Amino acid sequence: MKLTKLLTTAALALGLATGAMAQDTLKVGFVYVGPVGDGGWTYEHDKARQAVEAEFGDKVETVFVESVPEGPDAERVMTQMALDGAKLIFTTSFGFMDPTINVAAKFPDVKFEHATGYKRADNVSTYSARFYEGRAIQGHIAGKMTESNIIGYIGSYPIPEVIRGINSAFIHARKVNPDVQFKIVWAYTWFDPAKEADAAKVLIEQGADVILQHTDSTAPLAAAAEAGNIIGFGQASDMSEYADGPRVSSIIDNWAPYYIDRVKAVMDGTWTSTDTWDGIGPGMVGIGEITDRVPAEVKAEALALKEAIAKGEYHPFTGPLNKQDGSVWLADGEVADDGTLLGMDFYVEGIEGTIPN
Amino acid sequence: MDLSSINPILLLASLMVAATPLLLAAVGELVVEKAGVLNLGVEGMMITGAICGFAIAVNTGDPFLGVLAAAGGGAVLSLLFALLTQVALANQVASGLGLTLFGLGLSSLIGQGYQGIRPPPFPKLNIPGLSDLPVIGRILFSHDLMVYLGLIIVTGVWFMLKYTRAGLILRAVGENHEAAHALGYKVVRIRIMAILFGGACAGMGGAYISLIRVPQWTEGMTAGIGWIALALVVFASWKPWRVLLGAYLFGGVTVIQLNLQAAGVAIPVEYLAMSPYLITILVLVIMSADKSSAPASLGRIFHASR
Repeated sequence: MKLTKLLTTAALALGLATGAMAQDTLKVGFVYVGPVGDGGWTYEHDKARQAVEAEFGDKVETVFVESVPEGPDAERVMTQMALDGAKLIFTTSFGFMDPTINVAAKFPDVKFEHATGYKRADNVSTYSARFYEGRAIQGHIAGKMTESNIIGYIGSYPIPEVIRGINSAFIHARKVNPDVQFKIVWAYTWFDPAKEADAAKVLIEQGADVILQHTDSTAPLAAAAEAGNIIGFGQASDMSEYADGPRVSSIIDNWAPYYIDRVKAVMDGTWTSTDTWDGIGPGMVGIGEITDRVPAEVKAEALALKEAIAKGEYHPFTGPLNKQDGSVWLADGEVADDGTLLGMDFYVEGIEGTIPN
Repeated sequence: MDLSSINPILLLASLMVAATPLLLAAVGELVVEKAGVLNLGVEGMMITGAICGFAIAVNTGDPFLGVLAAAGGGAVLSLLFALLTQVALANQVASGLGLTLFGLGLSSLIGQGYQGIRPPPFPKLNIPGLSDLPVIGRILFSHDLMVYLGLIIVTGVWFMLKYTRAGLILRAVGENHEAAHALGYKVVRIRIMAILFGGACAGMGGAYISLIRVPQWTEGMTAGIGWIALALVVFASWKPWRVLLGAYLFGGVTVIQLNLQAAGVAIPVEYLAMSPYLITILVLVIMSADKSSAPASLGRIFHASR
């Protein structure tokens, strides 16, 4: 009897203790689409998570689940996180959009942050980076560097974000090289090294000497390294381990400042549902070091382009630009509005092939 | 659309590469099933082989040691299956499924810290004269050694099953284990050896993906090839040459559909993406109309007391 009482008291005290702890600590959840070791997209999100931990120390507790499929499983993972006491949940893939909205409706007290989507609610914010700004710089370098005039592009899914990247890269490659052609392969996955490597190999076999990728692993760079004399770019992360080989630059996602901001907002009680879409200027998109394989003048041009975009002097989608069917999209000097960009479902003039639907 | 950009020589060459992991895993499973054992753990053994091979290759810097370790890793995992099904007489289907799940988990565990690392390069065959021949040189004589190893194993398995006493005994065990037992053959011992062989082959198939085809390590990177290998064995009516044909067909259509996409062919990508599965199954179903059937004791538990 005495022992039972002792145990109960202990358990009660423990319960109180954890309860008290839960009040000071903010539990933040992260749902990842790939493994944290993918070296690309998810790796950068996880780096930002670690930055949050470093910034707030004991005041936050972060949890994450990696390799979550885009579908009903995502909903279960998010629900479990919310039930486990997470007060802020970052869902970091486009395909988590509907699951996030569904789960958010069930937990009005939990704040959600969904990356790259367009559906919001009172407790759901969206955030994304203007990757197309980085793509413009890649396109410029690719157009200058290609000798076969064939640039291979590995797409993930035909969603606006990916199409925007293709268009931006193409516009800027064509600008410096009117003969340039894009060959596009859709992998239908964000992360499948075998498929990505196959796609890169096929593009190289068909004459591409520059490989651009919008998938998350380093496999296309590995394939490019094996084929030799091919250049490529780091995607989402610097992928600098390939810097002595094919990787000549990269687009780096820098989520840490945003994540720290949003965690702070929840702590201060100032969190509101917002839509953030930042680019090179605010630092959400970084351009990885351009290696010596790129001629100095091309490097200087690329850096100047980066400067102009960062300062807002130049927008990668500036007219005159036609759509693929030849109809006018942007008149001379006209700049694309964010609405069109967010819903982009067409290629610009000059790209061959159709967008699968 | 520009079909001229597809180079048929490179296409044939990359077809052989794309087919090799599937070929290795399937021919191993063929031997296992010929011995009357249904091991559904191919995927698990492949992925375990993939990480064992990768880890050893990275740590020793020798890709050949990596391949050996992969074969060893796959075989050790299959030994677990052998103990469960041959000694403890557990259900083969359940044990095989368990083996796949276990292998996937185990490989993730071993693989911690190996993501994003580049393995040592695998040497390619280069026979002066032969490798430089136009067309044939590129298709037949300039692959990595594993491609040839796969072909050698298929030939060896075919020869053993058809022309040797060992093959006859293996088939006898698979067709009627009681009769084989009555004749004095060690059914359990023979089956365990077949299972180990299947595990080693699956492991090498996995290592081919992580060391040569991709080459890097990521969780779940075998992406269902093990299951396709299982299906392939059935559709190939347990005949080694048909396994080879099916694997090359699958590899070929996989490569062609990507080539067609890159060439801008106006077939919806979804159809192209499912075509390898459809075409391989279709062709093998048509071919399997000759009524060759599964080994009669396939999947049945053997105990000497009965």
